[in-house]
Amino acid sequence: MLDLSQYQSIGQALKDSLDQFANEVCLIEADREREKERLTYRDFKARAHPPAKALQGAGFSVGDRASIIMTNQSKWLISAYAVFFSGGVLVPLDYKLTPEEQWQLLKHSGASVLITEYPIWRQLSGSAGRSAATDLHTVLVTEAPANADLAGARRWEESREAGEPVFVPRKRHDTACIVYSSGTGGRPKGCMMTHENYLEQCVALTSIYPFWPGVRYLSILPTNHAIDFMVGFFGPFTCGATVVHLRTLRPEYVRDAFPKYKITYVSLVPLVLKNLQKGLQARFDALPSGKRKVFNALVAVNKALTKSQPRLGISRRLLKQVHEAFGGELRAIIVGGAFTEPQTLQFFYDLGIPVANGYGLTEAGTAITVNDLKPFRADTVGKPLPGMEIRIVSAASDGVGEVIVRSKTVMSGYLNDPELTAETIVDGWLQTGDLGRIDETGHLLLSGRKKNMIVTEEGKNIYPEDIETVFESLPVKEFCVFAANYIWPKRSMVGERLVLVVHLEPGQQYSEELKRDINARNNRLLNYKRIHGVVLFDEDFPRTASLKIKRNMLAERLAKFDSAAAILPL
Amino acid sequence: MRTLEQTTQEVLDLAVKHFQLPAGSLAPGDDFFKKLGIDSLQTLEMLSRLENHFGIELPDYEVQGVSDFRTLAERIQSRL
Repeated sequence: MLDLSQYQSIGQALKDSLDQFANEVCLIEADREREKERLTYRDFKARAHPPAKALQGAGFSVGDRASIIMTNQSKWLISAYAVFFSGGVLVPLDYKLTPEEQWQLLKHSGASVLITEYPIWRQLSGSAGRSAATDLHTVLVTEAPANADLAGARRWEESREAGEPVFVPRKRHDTACIVYSSGTGGRPKGCMMTHENYLEQCVALTSIYPFWPGVRYLSILPTNHAIDFMVGFFGPFTCGATVVHLRTLRPEYVRDAFPKYKITYVSLVPLVLKNLQKGLQARFDALPSGKRKVFNALVAVNKALTKSQPRLGISRRLLKQVHEAFGGELRAIIVGGAFTEPQTLQFFYDLGIPVANGYGLTEAGTAITVNDLKPFRADTVGKPLPGMEIRIVSAASDGVGEVIVRSKTVMSGYLNDPELTAETIVDGWLQTGDLGRIDETGHLLLSGRKKNMIVTEEGKNIYPEDIETVFESLPVKEFCVFAANYIWPKRSMVGERLVLVVHLEPGQQYSEELKRDINARNNRLLNYKRIHGVVLFDEDFPRTASLKIKRNMLAERLAKFDSAAAILPL
Repeated sequence: MRTLEQTTQEVLDLAVKHFQLPAGSLAPGDDFFKKLGIDSLQTLEMLSRLENHFGIELPDYEVQGVSDFRTLAERIQSRL
């Protein structure tokens, strides 16, 4: 691995990796059963320099912002490298957002360059939001069909300008990426992450979960996600490891990829991990009773032998078939983006497959704590990573309080939002809004959230304010969307729900017609953004002088209701 | 060559079979996330069955954001 303490920037570290590990395989890209690409670090460099040269030729220079909206594939990483090489700031956006949301974030970020795939560009270019992103002057589109209408974009593959691009150095405290930690709506949260944030995070993470040449990481989480960016790009590259991309994330192809590419690490969101558990459990349950007994006995032996620490060699021999289905070389499943239930973590650990669960926020640079497996604990989110200071403030008698964090990995602030930055980073400490306590062994136990947001099992942060637009012009006096746990703090990290608080007009009834209207609007939202109930409130909402709802004050008043009776199901 | 109506009906029939539902319980305009109570992963599994049935490949990007059977059938139809 490169000694990252000696480096100033992501670009410099990646540049040196390409030379140091020139002969190692760096990327494999598969589409269904077909392998489309296999690039060494040397090939990667040869592929990345023409787009870097093209960017520079288009006037892209130090500090300029370039956005990538792509599914996981080799061109994502090649394009990101070209941006860092040219001294730019990367704005990785979620390809699953709607075109309107993507345009809104492109506008907010001030990106002058967009690199995207043709199917995404087809939708983006036809969207009305385009006119808002006035800073955008260059669009590079990959994989466009020969006769496609490019709507003003250029073909990525035609970036073939002669000559070598010029490497543009950056300093540790310069912004490397602007990462959006929430969707859109009223207040996009663009976390300004510095080069130092990534360099320090990479050192901390690889000290516990190391990469080396020969390690193969299966990239399934979107690369715009902080976790995949770190463990599916920057981490493996600076260690000479291999990243495997799948263009189709159908379960059967993902399953086949493990044995086919002998995967070492994979990152998943809790929802996918739980599905995997369900599938495995069904197969175990289907075993004839004799085999089932033998299998259970082997699991029990494995459990006893790995009590104090994982012993991969022993587990792989004892539970051979299970491990072979995962390719036989899987060292750990990294899980993140949302809270994972202890029972799921324990299930995999008992099979000899450690799940590296942890706790993190985009604002803190991927991970704050991680399970170090010394020994494995399913009930916690692990210990602070090296370099992380964690405190619990305003603790109740049971030791539970707000988790605050100080570290070189904490963002420099939110883009164009000094007010929100000042609320979030106080005297150098990041206020996470999550509740927890630290036990006597130094493990962090999370127990709820004090902020008005929910995190789905798919790892999506949902801010109620962002989904209120769908209820605009609802025929009631006023309304407001809340995370139920913000009003009625619940000591739980699972089953978070959104509720719609409605203040009816004088004399108005909560009629079937109104209910139908609410349901119809709710159905227009993506399933994970939907509200789960309605709370009727018969007073005027407290508001500021500028008529914004004082959410915290309203939540305090609502808290006096009994939640079970107050939430009317839809 | 199938008509869009035929394709839509075959999509519905297959979903009914895949999720073991009573015949005729799904309609073209139904939101399959809501109606079937399935998540994005189960949807991907259903897509694989549809691909096998129609003998086509549906890239993931083609079905991104699609949540009702009619739109899904249109995407399939365009590739038949």
